[in-house]
Amino acid sequence: MLQTMRDYLRSLLLLELFQGLGVTGRYLFKTKFTVQYPEEKAPLSPRFRGLHALRRYENGEERCIACKLCEATCPALAITIEAEPRADGSRRTTRYDIDLFKCIFCGFCEESCPVDSIVETSCYEYCFEQRGEHIMTKERLLAIGDQYEAEIAAARAADAPYR
Amino acid sequence: MTDKITIEIDGRACEATPGEMIIAVADREGISIPRFCYHKKLSIAANCRMCLVEMEQNGRPFPKPVPACATPVCAGLKVQTRSPKALEAQKGTMEFLLINHPLDCPICDQGGECELQDVAMGYGRDVSRYVERKRVVMDQDLGSLIATDMTRCIHCTRCVRFGAEIAGLRELGATGRGEQVRIGTFVEHTMAHELSGNIIDLCPVGALTSKPYRFQARAWELTQAPGLAPHDALGSNLNLHLRRGRVMRVHPRENEAINETWISDRDRFSYEGLYSEDRLTAPLVKKDGVWEAIGWSEALQLAATRLKAAGASLGTLISPAATLEEMFLAQKLTRGLGSNDIDSRLRQQDFRADANAPLLPWLGVPIAAVERQQAILLVGSDIRAEVPLLAHRIRKAAMENEARVFVINPYALELTFPADQLVGTPTANLQDLAAIAKALGVKGTGSLKDPLAHASPDAGHRAAADALLQAGSGLILLGALATAHPDYALLQALASAVAKAAKLNLGFIPAAANAVGAHLAGALPQVLPGAQAAEVPGAATRAMLAEPRRAYLLWQLEPGHDLCDPALATQALGRAEFVIACASHRSPDLEALAHLMLPIAAFAETAGTLVNVEGTWQSFRGVVPPPGEARPGWKVLRVLGNLLDLPGFDQDSQAEVATEVSNLCADARPSNALRGTLKASSAPAADLWRIGNVPLYRLDLLVRRAPALQRARGAGCFNAHLHPEQAAALGLAAGDEVIVRQGEASVRTQVSLSATVPLGCARIPAAMAGSEHLGVQIGPLSIAKA
Repeated sequence: MLQTMRDYLRSLLLLELFQGLGVTGRYLFKTKFTVQYPEEKAPLSPRFRGLHALRRYENGEERCIACKLCEATCPALAITIEAEPRADGSRRTTRYDIDLFKCIFCGFCEESCPVDSIVETSCYEYCFEQRGEHIMTKERLLAIGDQYEAEIAAARAADAPYR
Repeated sequence: MTDKITIEIDGRACEATPGEMIIAVADREGISIPRFCYHKKLSIAANCRMCLVEMEQNGRPFPKPVPACATPVCAGLKVQTRSPKALEAQKGTMEFLLINHPLDCPICDQGGECELQDVAMGYGRDVSRYVERKRVVMDQDLGSLIATDMTRCIHCTRCVRFGAEIAGLRELGATGRGEQVRIGTFVEHTMAHELSGNIIDLCPVGALTSKPYRFQARAWELTQAPGLAPHDALGSNLNLHLRRGRVMRVHPRENEAINETWISDRDRFSYEGLYSEDRLTAPLVKKDGVWEAIGWSEALQLAATRLKAAGASLGTLISPAATLEEMFLAQKLTRGLGSNDIDSRLRQQDFRADANAPLLPWLGVPIAAVERQQAILLVGSDIRAEVPLLAHRIRKAAMENEARVFVINPYALELTFPADQLVGTPTANLQDLAAIAKALGVKGTGSLKDPLAHASPDAGHRAAADALLQAGSGLILLGALATAHPDYALLQALASAVAKAAKLNLGFIPAAANAVGAHLAGALPQVLPGAQAAEVPGAATRAMLAEPRRAYLLWQLEPGHDLCDPALATQALGRAEFVIACASHRSPDLEALAHLMLPIAAFAETAGTLVNVEGTWQSFRGVVPPPGEARPGWKVLRVLGNLLDLPGFDQDSQAEVATEVSNLCADARPSNALRGTLKASSAPAADLWRIGNVPLYRLDLLVRRAPALQRARGAGCFNAHLHPEQAAALGLAAGDEVIVRQGEASVRTQVSLSATVPLGCARIPAAMAGSEHLGVQIGPLSIAKA
């Protein structure tokens, strides 16, 4: 009988509602951590695994030597490479495709790369508007590499002590 | 037979023959011992020291580890391959080997299938202690087939021993000592041997790799499928390495009875021809001189209509490399239409022996038995170009068995074993063989009467006759140049008489992969399926072309390159109402002469059976899809048979066709005995002979389209090769432009001087660009300055 009365009063006085509003009120005056994307962006680890890129050496020579370790290690079979000797006799890819629909961004490709050629940049803002755009070709990957080289190099340097 | 002994390896009792090496016993038992320089087919060098093992005899341990590859077994032996002492020795050796080996596995073609890489995983250290500069060695240019990275060489000398022991041509050698050792050609030159590609397989590291395959794929991407070599009559067993429906490279598949562990370069690199630009990918019909692609149903209807119209006046020429199934269905189709004119002996010009020739000719002995012969007489055969691995067996007979080898050939051969060569014009070749026959005491009767009466054996002939007579087992072989001889019938009769007199085996070296199978399939005018004699023989190749037929069916051949007399063929095919060409590739001469081209699958793309030179039936599967609309040949023939309402064209698979043929062949036994005596022959004569040999890499349309092989030396050179004295007599010098004439046919070419060509002959190769304008491969010729 007493318990019934107590429950009745509690619901009549909207006690739980005010408790909830109290939590809301507390957060209203706390420091905000919401980021105003896209004006503001969250910080990223140097190990962030975003869009792929193929890097070049400082002299402009592409790093990739077509060893195909990334293709072999890729658990999603997203990478397709074809290679042949270039005019100067060096081993180079003629085709380096990454299917971003298949890619699971595990980062094994960059782990396996003996020359730090294939890397995952911190870029995560991309979209596809046309059919077939999800296949990243060698040219596009190299272009991304050129665009983000400073960032990629900084990320590698930042992570180097822990490797 | 020596008694077996029992030794102990890693605590396991193993049976062994005294004198056998420890590593051979371990291999047989499946105990792995790391090694680089040891190879079971090569001599023992024991220079890599990787196979060091710990050993004790009758309880007495050896003070130091011993190399397993160079230590013979003896009673009471105990071997430890994984004991701490053995492992320490092996690891030490590994560290020394890796001192100078570059760490460039990511760019090395051997990466993933490298013996050094594999062994380093087991025995190498994680981090090198060696910090000094590594040795760098300049690469060699070994030609279009083999790529080199000599810095990677670990000096196992397998390639050097292969050259000395197997190829018989020491093209590679080791110069210098210690760290200065270099493997190379010493004087810069390209590898010219027809088996040189095998050093790619032998090299345990990435120092010698395949040039056409360079950087194309990784071992782990490839799947392996068994295949058969489609060129020479040996039927070498292959492993085809495939990726995404494409043959990436070809490796040998071990078969001790046929190709041992080797294959010829022709078998290894011809796969490139599958991907040449001029593959036929759709049925094409010529409309007003222009080729138009049409659908299969339309094409087959057209073919059926034209074949029906031609009826008995159909001539079928089929490549001797076509599969047994294709040959069988082609002859069924031809004979079903009332014609008996089907032939696969495209390079033969004398068919007078047909009525008496053997119905199922073969090598005469099993391939493996060739190396056990004590005397071999080769008649009209450039054996190294025709069947490279048979030349290797003959070399083994000559080197290991000390067999005497005699050669009767229209030009001197560069052989890798000692041989007595009787070189002369085709007329002289006949006389030489007749002289040997006479020296053996052959009585001249019938067709042999005349040649034997004129024969005058000299010391050389008598020596040959004696050697052949004294040999316990001997072999006389007729090769491709004998087949193309204008008096092949007489050559056959003489060879047969010599074989009988000296108690030798007579053997034929067939022209191509399935030439023996052609007799079983009945793809010859005088032979029905099952190697049965035809009651009414049809016309052979030459007759078929000399008296033009209304229609021709050409199977997988180029008339300008694959026929003995291209000029005659061009004429005959040009006059025909309709020429149907079923081929895997298009070619200018087919485009000019054919009216309908049907694309068929080649080599690895179709299933089939090939019967090799010793009569072994070997079947293979199609492992890659044919390009475009191309279809397996037997299917095309089956549908054509159905459209023509012929009986017996309802097989559902290649295996069914093969079973049908094998049922017919239950009683077929290979035999080289002549059936009766041959008809009289006339001795051919000419002032100047053309010798049209088929160069090593011009054998068939697949090889002719393999770019790497075409850049190699075996691709031949379409010049008039003359003896210097002959050239002087004709008033010609090297490099002179000349016009060579064979009857109506003529072509412009250049003179080269070569002392290998006898007087009275000009060697002008067949199956070359330019040779399609000439006449018979071996026949009279005139040369005039242009």
